[in-house]
Amino acid sequence: MTAAGVLAAGAAGGDLFVAQNVFFGVIALVMIVSAIRCVTTRNVVHAALWLVLVLAGAAAQFILLGSEFVAVTQVLVYIGAIIVLFLFGIMLTKASMGDDDSVATEKRLMASLVAVLLAVVMGIALLDSYSDTRLVIDEPQRFGVVSDAIFSQYIVAFEAVSVLLLAALIGAIVVARKE
Amino acid sequence: MILNQFLLLAAILFCIGVYGVLARRNGIMVLMSVEIILNSVNINLVAFGAFRDNVAGEVFALFVIAVAAAEVGIGLAIVLLIYRNRRSIDLSEADLLKG
Repeated sequence: MTAAGVLAAGAAGGDLFVAQNVFFGVIALVMIVSAIRCVTTRNVVHAALWLVLVLAGAAAQFILLGSEFVAVTQVLVYIGAIIVLFLFGIMLTKASMGDDDSVATEKRLMASLVAVLLAVVMGIALLDSYSDTRLVIDEPQRFGVVSDAIFSQYIVAFEAVSVLLLAALIGAIVVARKE
Repeated sequence: MILNQFLLLAAILFCIGVYGVLARRNGIMVLMSVEIILNSVNINLVAFGAFRDNVAGEVFALFVIAVAAAEVGIGLAIVLLIYRNRRSIDLSEADLLKG
């Protein structure tokens, strides 16, 4: 049987999505490399730009998962607003433009130890619980379904989030204002 | 696709974010690492939502995005305030409450 035949049979069976898996692998690799560069690079502006790659990769993963609405919101809110906010923060605190070297070596050592231990524990737990649980995404989640859920079932949480955003806005102004 | 590939990616991103929070001393870098952590949680939420075919995962991912926006606004305001008072955003120097 040719490779194409295998692919067709798998696609017909609905349990082999080669293209999706290849895209997932490429995007995941980009995300992990950019995240590591983001937390290790000395230049803060470069870190913000690496963060853009991580956030864009997350948006791509949301599309792979069939959640277009979350992906669009991710691009609008994170890449559009939060990164700009970060760049403004970097510009307003000029001391941070340079690198922050002299990071204590033992602090880094402890941090990487904690991170690796956490990764091992979570990895073992995940591999133990969901070792071959299949994820079949046959059609994307409709926008209407999401908005229906937000404005009916989760309306209280939605209103609470809007009050929280307002409070955060006023709080940020009060905190950052010059006397 | 299997569910685990998304969960493992989110776990790795979470650990990278935890490393950033613990190792960096620049206040803005700590906030960026927190963003990486929140994003990995979002991937988890959406993956489980797709797995259960339930819209709750997406709805709560949207709520997390909104809360993250609020958190960055407040966090940057606090970092600006620290910078204005001390001319530095090195968090290891902000130890006024240390006993």
